[in-house]
Amino acid sequence: MIEVGEVAPAFTLRNQDGEQVSLSDFAGRKVMLAFYPLDFSPVCSDQLSLYQEVKPEIAARGLELVGVSVDSMWAHKAFQEKLGIDTVLLADFEPKGEVARAYGSYIEGAGVADRTLVLIDEDGKVAWTYESSNPGEFPGANLIFDALDALESAPSVE
Amino acid sequence: MGGGAAVTLEGMADLSSAPIPPLAPDDHVEGEGQLTVVYADLGCPHCAAEWGRIRSGGGRIAFRHFPVASKHPRAPALHAAAEAAGRQGAFFAMVDSLYAERGRVDDPHLWERAERLGLDLAAFERDRRSGEIATRVRRDFESGIRAGVTSTPAVFPA
Repeated sequence: MIEVGEVAPAFTLRNQDGEQVSLSDFAGRKVMLAFYPLDFSPVCSDQLSLYQEVKPEIAARGLELVGVSVDSMWAHKAFQEKLGIDTVLLADFEPKGEVARAYGSYIEGAGVADRTLVLIDEDGKVAWTYESSNPGEFPGANLIFDALDALESAPSVE
Repeated sequence: MGGGAAVTLEGMADLSSAPIPPLAPDDHVEGEGQLTVVYADLGCPHCAAEWGRIRSGGGRIAFRHFPVASKHPRAPALHAAAEAAGRQGAFFAMVDSLYAERGRVDDPHLWERAERLGLDLAAFERDRRSGEIATRVRRDFESGIRAGVTSTPAVFPA
């Protein structure tokens, strides 16, 4: 898992609509990458559905939440529609899992991203990370707000 | 951070981690003995399957609303219906009804259920569409989020 304080690795991936999305697009803003194994598998579905319920509160804190898995943009589009969510989903499709690997969030052998959260601050540094101890569980939405609280109360680091 | 319903400057709820709130006068509680607080989604099949076991397990049960609308689009209406039934003393009866028979939950079916429970339909209809009840339901949902609820039913022993 990538360490707090490291510069967040740059990336450019397609979203569910086929648009290119780069980390640099979020410069000056906070972004939370939610890596997850696969669209349509039961736990993933609950995780993004749950976060959708508190999207206004997340947005009010100036945070953009972005999902990342190795699925294609087509699967992401269908997944969004099936779940009724509008969270941007990025396709870490080719090379497979390259961005997940760069963030230390790829499960070799299984060929999917690990279920993790990475908070990147306005300066493009990793501010907080979370890794599920059990692939069958996912981080509650409260942890996102805890991370934001910690970021906002931390002394600035040069 | 306090455990109450703190509100940020933007008018958004504070959703950082907090334990489940203690029982309030308007919590829905039945039974005697050891208290179990259950966060449940009235649209969730897992909750429906578990509800019989939870109810027959004895002890004191507190039901708190946890609708995940993006996953179960009809859930908010069902929670509002239960809360409205509760205003006429039939909360657990309505919850039992909704979990026992999950297929017929459109408005006419909800009116049938309310009539079967002997409720004043006009009051039921007015209450279930009220902002006050929506706020009441959301209050439970937010307390569940803060306590780290990620799937339903979420059971908290006293």
